[in-house]
Amino acid sequence: MTDTALGTSASLAVAETLESPARRAWRRLIRRKGAVLGLVVIALFILLAVFAPLIVPYDPIATSWSLVRKAPSLQHWFGTDELGRDVLARVVFGARASLLAGVISVGIALAIGVPLGLLAGYRGGFIDALISRITDAMLACPFLILAIALAAFLGPSLGNAMIAIGVSATPIFIRLTRGQVMSVKVEDYVEAARAMGNPRWRIALVHILPNILPALLVQATLSIAAAIIAEAALSFLGLGQQPPAPSWGSMLNAAQRFLTTAPWMAVWPGLAIFLVVLSFNLVGDGLRDALDPKAR
Amino acid sequence: MRFWRLAVLMAALVTWCGTSARAETTLRIGLAEDPDILDPSVGRTYVGRIVFSAFCDKLFDIDEKLNIVPQLALSYENSADGKEMTIKLRPGVKFHDGEPFGAEAAKFSLERHLTLPTSFRKPELAALDHVDVVDPLTIKLVLKTPYSPLIAQLTDRAGMMVSPKAVKEAGDKFGLHPVCAGPYKFVERVQQDRMVFEKFQDYWNKDNVFIDRIVFLPIVDATVRLANLKSGGLDLIERVLATDIKDVRADKRLVLSTAPELGYLGLTINIGNDKNKGPLSQSEKVRQALDLSIDREALNQVVFNGEFTPGNQWVSPTHPYYQKAFPVRGRDVAKAKALLKEAGVTLPVAIDYMVPKGAENEAVAQVVQSMAAEAGFDIKIRVVEFATTFKQAQAGEFQVFQINWSGRIDPDGNSYVFLHTKAPQNDGGYSNAEADKLMEDARLINDPAQRKAIYEKMTRIVLNDEPIIYLYHRTLLIAHSTKVEGYRQMPDGLVRVVGLKLK
Amino acid sequence: MLNFLAKRLAQLVPTLFFVSLLIFSLQHLLPGDPALVMAGEERDPAVIEQIRQQYHLDQPIPVQYAYWVKGVLMGDLGESLRNKMPVSSLIAQKLPVTMQIAGMAIVVAFLIGIPAGIVSAVKRGTAWDYGANLFALWGISTPNFWLGIMLIFLFSVELGWLPASGYVPLSENWRASLAASVMPAFVLGNAIAAILMRHTRSAMLQVLESDYVRTARAKGLSERTVILKHAMRNALTPIITLGALELGTLLSGAVLTEQIFSIPGFGKLIVDAVFNRDYAVVQGVVLTTATIYITLNLIADIANILVNPRLRG
Repeated sequence: MTDTALGTSASLAVAETLESPARRAWRRLIRRKGAVLGLVVIALFILLAVFAPLIVPYDPIATSWSLVRKAPSLQHWFGTDELGRDVLARVVFGARASLLAGVISVGIALAIGVPLGLLAGYRGGFIDALISRITDAMLACPFLILAIALAAFLGPSLGNAMIAIGVSATPIFIRLTRGQVMSVKVEDYVEAARAMGNPRWRIALVHILPNILPALLVQATLSIAAAIIAEAALSFLGLGQQPPAPSWGSMLNAAQRFLTTAPWMAVWPGLAIFLVVLSFNLVGDGLRDALDPKAR
Repeated sequence: MRFWRLAVLMAALVTWCGTSARAETTLRIGLAEDPDILDPSVGRTYVGRIVFSAFCDKLFDIDEKLNIVPQLALSYENSADGKEMTIKLRPGVKFHDGEPFGAEAAKFSLERHLTLPTSFRKPELAALDHVDVVDPLTIKLVLKTPYSPLIAQLTDRAGMMVSPKAVKEAGDKFGLHPVCAGPYKFVERVQQDRMVFEKFQDYWNKDNVFIDRIVFLPIVDATVRLANLKSGGLDLIERVLATDIKDVRADKRLVLSTAPELGYLGLTINIGNDKNKGPLSQSEKVRQALDLSIDREALNQVVFNGEFTPGNQWVSPTHPYYQKAFPVRGRDVAKAKALLKEAGVTLPVAIDYMVPKGAENEAVAQVVQSMAAEAGFDIKIRVVEFATTFKQAQAGEFQVFQINWSGRIDPDGNSYVFLHTKAPQNDGGYSNAEADKLMEDARLINDPAQRKAIYEKMTRIVLNDEPIIYLYHRTLLIAHSTKVEGYRQMPDGLVRVVGLKLK
Repeated sequence: MLNFLAKRLAQLVPTLFFVSLLIFSLQHLLPGDPALVMAGEERDPAVIEQIRQQYHLDQPIPVQYAYWVKGVLMGDLGESLRNKMPVSSLIAQKLPVTMQIAGMAIVVAFLIGIPAGIVSAVKRGTAWDYGANLFALWGISTPNFWLGIMLIFLFSVELGWLPASGYVPLSENWRASLAASVMPAFVLGNAIAAILMRHTRSAMLQVLESDYVRTARAKGLSERTVILKHAMRNALTPIITLGALELGTLLSGAVLTEQIFSIPGFGKLIVDAVFNRDYAVVQGVVLTTATIYITLNLIADIANILVNPRLRG
């Protein structure tokens, strides 16, 4: 009973000290122009994705035989594509695929990577060696090849592309979590919690995990940027979003054939990818600085 | 004295410049894919056939009008019962390794096509029982049953002659360094990069070979291929995109050659193997409705700038075997809806539509999807990697399978393997006893008029049953720079290098 | 030191074993039948059966794995299903191509990344710093393949200055070779330049605040000498190790870049092999890539220890 009470108060204390660093980090984050800009752009794209049907007057999959590959005009600001569809509408709706792919695949990587990393880092011994070697093996294979093979195995679709990217990105999170755990587990408060006889899983979840969250958050933000590029790459190779639904990568894939006759088809989706990825990178950088205890 | 020295030097220089001006000519051809192995028995890609035609002569060839003309053979004669074909061979022909070509070598090559375990020529020569050597320059092909498409097979890979000595030395690695009797001989190949050939000095028709070297360069991206042609990095490219034609025509330094392809693009409908028993498999009325909902001309305009040929049969409207009594019908959405009503299906009719990955394929699928929707079809496009399409097709995991067939010279090659009951490529499980009988009969007869009459009956059945909805026939688009002279486009789309000159 | 080396080498064995297991199982999960893919339009059941037997595709997967590992241990990576070339000679043909592009990319990265990093550190907080940071962000945020397409559009299609694609060996014609590889090298090097720039900047900042730079300044040396002679030398050692390590990343980046520029290198070989289900080629290439990557890591570790003796313990 006392044990539990003590444990609770200890974790409460941790939570309290956590609360203020989080707030402080936020304060620091919004002081950085780049990060704020990134946040604004991301928010804008999220709004675009959510309210897409209200924003663009055209259906992204409605074909029009009389409007095939028309240059940008007042009616169609970004021009039309090879089947007479409005490129602006497709870029706006394509934001859904890209943002979802970024967030969900990183979510998958976190969901698999963090527990395995915790396990490896905290348990050590044979399990650690096993997980570490498998992680090494996965990191030794080119990321995109791993993702291509997985996506081909699961069959071409947006959902499967997300799984493929998520699994391929997992080893980074395993390694990061394990490294963080190794450095945190020798800290005094962890030793103290252990001395009080808390079970291992509890120490890992309550005492260690909150302390490695900042590092994970930074890595996750940067990984979203990488995942969005990876989704575009898979769709570019025809292994992501399926026609006629729009995705920036598959739009680029179609555009490649019309580089000489309809270059606008290649410009806009690429620009959209660039902007979103840039924003996530800006926010990730900002977070890294804001969460860095050594930063002044 | 000094003057003379100078003069000699000048003379030497002039001669040197002169010779370098007459230096080697090289023709650089851009291919759309990297070919597979260069062994005529094992080769199986269209792009490989383009390369073969530069170095591997066949017994016969075709001309612009699809007539059979002699190449390594001089003539042929069928016996009255159609079970024997006697072929006279061209004298004085040598293989690239200096070995003479004659009846023994021809027998060896044909038997290799027939017996090599990994040979893909077996089905093409399946009717062949054995080959007899009549004299050093005459062979006799003895057939199991009469088989009129045989002569057409001998104009392609099955008629290619290989050096017996080289085969015996190389075994199944022959394709890594092929030795044939064509105008050019193999020099080297770097995978996915280039294949180099040089003029064969002892070629039987060497007086008509004018270019010293030919280099084939596989460049997958069509835009990049065209950019290389424009910049002079290539002299000739195959498979120009229909949407780039305007660009090519506008360029004064480029020439475009076209020919209607021998094959087709069709929608194979799963009739006999559909586990879900979808409406398409249950009634020909539903299939006819799908056919009527598609505007072939609009499809051609949107995806191919109107450069291809809309079609409705397994040969194109320009082909001698096309049945003019059954022209391409226009789009008729009202009639399509009426047919669906007659068939008593619930709308919309959901369709699982399989299409091999590729931007052009997917564009066609999306146009069909959009057109068919107006008649009451709900098409779900499923893009499948090329590697998995055949497996899923064989397993019957589709309701519509959009697939391209590169085409064969004889109409039998475009119909039998797809439409005959249990034929190897009959993925939709179509089976019609009457159609089977007609296709079998057509194989027994050599007379073109009689065969055409048989195929007319066949066309009537197929257009009613609609096991395959034929949509269009591609136009083979080949572009070359004005430096290349004497280019003649053949209907098989392959590049004939004999007679080509480079300015 | 020896202890450490022995430990690292001992770790290599299980890692490579898992790599082999990973790639082998991955590709055998791939849908599609390699024999059918190989047959393409010519689908003769008897021949397809023959191909399956010849390449042991009809055997259970563990047996196939055993065949492969046995071959690899005896130095035989098998042969390509598609064109019968031995995989080892395919690799020997392709590796130099990718190495040339990757080498040029590293040069591009060093030429852009390090000066940009130094300038932004020395001129911290100025427009220079701001510009260099912007460049770095652009570098890591641009999708490789889009940049490639745009460069082809600009320099080949519109301006006609550079060949759109292809590869010419250096030994054949060095000018044509450089012309053909400058765009892909830039596309590949661009992202690494950004990473190098950031590391250079932070390393320089650290060094500039260190005691010995202060001492050097105090001695009255010119700022130029301080930066070039003292600060840079100390800041750059780890950066160069990092650059070498990035070679591994480059192999991965080459996958799409080679596809776009039609460069017959490693990346194109493997993508085509995956799509053609050319198992032996996929296995051989990934194994080689992984070995290169692991070796580079090992070398970097050793280099780090040599430079930083405190880590020897």
